[in-house]
Amino acid sequence: MATASTLRARQARESVVIRFAGDSGDGMQVTGSRFTVETALAGNDLTTFPDFPAEIRAPAGTTFGVSAFQIQFGARDVMTPGDAVDVLVAMNPAALKVDVKDLRRGGTVLVDTGAFTERNLTKAGFAANPLEDGSLAPYQVLKFDITRLTTEAVKPFGLSSREAHRCRNMWALGLMLWMYGRDRQATIEWLRRKFADRPELAQANVAAVNAGHAFGETAEMSEHLVGYTVPSAPAEPGRYRTVSGTEALAWGLLAGMRGAGLEKMIFAGYPITPASLLLHTLANLKAYGVVTFQAEDEIAAIGAAIGAAYSGSLGVTSSSGPGIALKTEMLGLAIATELPIVVIDSQRAGPSTGMPTKAEQSDLFQAVHGRNADAPLAVIAAATAVDCFEVAIEAVRIATTYMTPVIVLSDAYLAHAAEPWRLPEAAALPRFPVRFRTDPTGFHPFVRDPATLARAWAVPGTPGLEHRIGGLEKDYDTGHISYDPDNHARMTQTRAAKIAGIANGIPPQQVSLGDDHGAVAVVGWGSTYGAIHRAVSEARDEGGDVSHIHLRYLNPFPRNLGELLARFEHILVPEMNAGQLVQLLRAAYLVPAQGLSKVAGKPFKVSEIVQAIEATLRSPHPRSPSPHRGEGARG
Amino acid sequence: MTVTTITDAELAPKDYASDQEVRWCPGCGDYAILKAVQKTLAELGAPRERTVFVSGIGCAARFPYYLSTYGFHTIHGRAPAIATGVKLANPGLDVWVVTGDGDGLSIGGNHMLHVLRRNVDLQIILFNNEIYGLTKGQYSPTSRRGTHSPSTPQGSIEAPVSPCAFALGAGARFVARAVDTQQPDVVAVLKRAHGHRGASFVEIFQNCVVFNDGVFDHFTSKDVAAEAQLHVEHGKPLLFGPNRERGLRLKAGTVALEVVPVGEGGVPPGDILVHDETNRALAQLLAALEPPAFPVALGVLYCNPAASYEAEVYAQARAAGFSGEPADLGALLRREGTWTVAP
Repeated sequence: MATASTLRARQARESVVIRFAGDSGDGMQVTGSRFTVETALAGNDLTTFPDFPAEIRAPAGTTFGVSAFQIQFGARDVMTPGDAVDVLVAMNPAALKVDVKDLRRGGTVLVDTGAFTERNLTKAGFAANPLEDGSLAPYQVLKFDITRLTTEAVKPFGLSSREAHRCRNMWALGLMLWMYGRDRQATIEWLRRKFADRPELAQANVAAVNAGHAFGETAEMSEHLVGYTVPSAPAEPGRYRTVSGTEALAWGLLAGMRGAGLEKMIFAGYPITPASLLLHTLANLKAYGVVTFQAEDEIAAIGAAIGAAYSGSLGVTSSSGPGIALKTEMLGLAIATELPIVVIDSQRAGPSTGMPTKAEQSDLFQAVHGRNADAPLAVIAAATAVDCFEVAIEAVRIATTYMTPVIVLSDAYLAHAAEPWRLPEAAALPRFPVRFRTDPTGFHPFVRDPATLARAWAVPGTPGLEHRIGGLEKDYDTGHISYDPDNHARMTQTRAAKIAGIANGIPPQQVSLGDDHGAVAVVGWGSTYGAIHRAVSEARDEGGDVSHIHLRYLNPFPRNLGELLARFEHILVPEMNAGQLVQLLRAAYLVPAQGLSKVAGKPFKVSEIVQAIEATLRSPHPRSPSPHRGEGARG
Repeated sequence: MTVTTITDAELAPKDYASDQEVRWCPGCGDYAILKAVQKTLAELGAPRERTVFVSGIGCAARFPYYLSTYGFHTIHGRAPAIATGVKLANPGLDVWVVTGDGDGLSIGGNHMLHVLRRNVDLQIILFNNEIYGLTKGQYSPTSRRGTHSPSTPQGSIEAPVSPCAFALGAGARFVARAVDTQQPDVVAVLKRAHGHRGASFVEIFQNCVVFNDGVFDHFTSKDVAAEAQLHVEHGKPLLFGPNRERGLRLKAGTVALEVVPVGEGGVPPGDILVHDETNRALAQLLAALEPPAFPVALGVLYCNPAASYEAEVYAQARAAGFSGEPADLGALLRREGTWTVAP
């Protein structure tokens, strides 16, 4: 607890961006996660962004082995992990080298001088020691021998020198917790649980946290260090926790399964970064009716999901871009047999293997169009970690209501990003119970609900409904194999009409921020939500006539979308791809949408979108003069 | 979990036929297998509503359309994956997989490997005709070296895979073999397969009259069958020939089988190996036997049950607390690290 004297010394901040960076073996993800929990418990809003290398254990001390965890937290709505870093914790020279470029001028960098050895400097590619050559002059540099201080703090517990060295991250965490006036209790309890079978490790790690914290209090006396306060953010009353996109997806799928009244979910996956996290999360939820199946390949994974759906369970599979590509033929089968499955795509940079741990939004075309023949299905996207929960429920609703595969687009950023979440009341979650067909009268497998065009869900085990389905085209009226030309045309049209009809059952597109008409609409989808929202907010603060529209439904689009977009002079579409939604919008509505592309494996910075908005506001009206539309739009 | 119960009144083989016209080539071995399967189902009294046939792509894969049970004609090579999903979702269903040599061992070879080693409780019938029929006669992974086909005009140069040896290598716990036209044997083997809990692999030599006619004649035609077929039976000596006058024994000093005459002028009957269907090594030796030096081994080569995959999956689920009743989702969300913002 902070004493009265330390509180007096603290300076107030509205929001702060901290990046913990170190070697991939330094435990930076754990450090960041623990700081996140303590920060959430302190009542700040926050968003986190882990950025780690694909190498499991890259050679120690190298720049490509640097692992980082960034958190922005504050007293107001925090929607992104932050453009520029205020405080960089650099556990070794390589981390400093890689991450200092994102530190704002005047920002603080905390280094472990004990790690700045000749050898580590060379490995990081420094010709001279940056702590001595003045290159860090634009920053406030806090130089402590964390290695030595940690070793001393854990000495009583008799660890090996390697084990003692591994406690450095907890020392740094302790100091940062002190710096922002955070509690340590949850972390101490967590360490005791984590190392329950190695009490000496638990004690040592707790001692390291406490030593870092005590160092802050002591060093403050000599005015080396300044403590800060970041007041809690205003929040709706309720019960909260932090949630990552992966957790929210897992729980959302469960909630969807419940909403549909289904007893079981069969989740089949094949290991792939970054989608495996969802498999791991669900593998621990067997008590809730989740059966996880690690299949032999991506194709078998979706095959098992289809088999499960055929048998009346919720069938789910999950992968990333290259794995989704492998599932393509099976998606066609699910479309032809009209079976409800949910396919989650945690997008990553591509093509091919690309950059497996880096986020991109480049699977939109693959999701909407990437199949042989005319093969429509539903595509929706999650905007934030918390949104993953609702989107997963919605995916199950659409799949089971319309008897169709649904692709959910997430990405490598959302998979890991975490934010506070006000827990929903379980009783208030949506319910959309499925009705399995049991009546043999007039039954054939493609008998349809006239409203949704969904075919009957008749599952094996039901007497009198024995039937055969498959990938061969079926007769509209009997469900038997058919090569009739007119029937194929009719079935093709029906499959398309069924997917298009989903638009009748979804809410009209809302404007996330700003007016429903004006000079510029910034239209986004997926995990760019926070950056776009903040950018539009800033542009509006400067008087810009700009609105934010964020799409959850990517196929079909909401019914009012074309009309809504027509009320804006400019349409700016920021995407982490080379321009995919922008093309879909142009094709669907013949609107002069312009893309803003970022394919750097990193999320948009708010400033990048602000600049694009400003440029768009300055540019001429893209449409030829049309008094009709112009007046209407302004009216 | 549900349990299969026989509820139908006595059903005849014809009751397992669908109303669809069968469209294989006249004389195709598939007709015989279809009849045998329908007879098997009737003899088992299989409830149609709890029986599911899953197939991939190929001539054989049309099979489900001709049965009055539930059926799923899927995509090329993937039937084992889909059948696994069916069984995971509802372990009470009786699930059969129908595949071919191309479907099951070429494009679907990976799935076949894994469904067998996992031991999912399925009956897998592989129709082996040593050719791609539906695509008009290309050589298949079981085609013998030298097979002339549209894609191998000078003859195939690839070594074939032996389905039963593959299945044993993959860890299958039930492996059996039969000839399409020998209906009583097919029925007997399918009934054994059905009774086995876990993945049952049955290879049926199936004659393709159009693209590979007579490819098995050297051991299936009536005049040579007795000489060239060894019908194995658990606990019985491995004897064959018109008067069961020849048998197999272990060749001294090595791990190999040899054919020896039995009885008068031959070895004493006690020297002949007795079939032990729980012996994997023996099964591998039997699966590898080939004419003309050896007969083709038919019947149940290997049967050594172990816990089936889906049974173990649900045992783990129950151990983790799954009861079939909805568990408290709200409690899951609140399980750790929550805080409350007061009104």
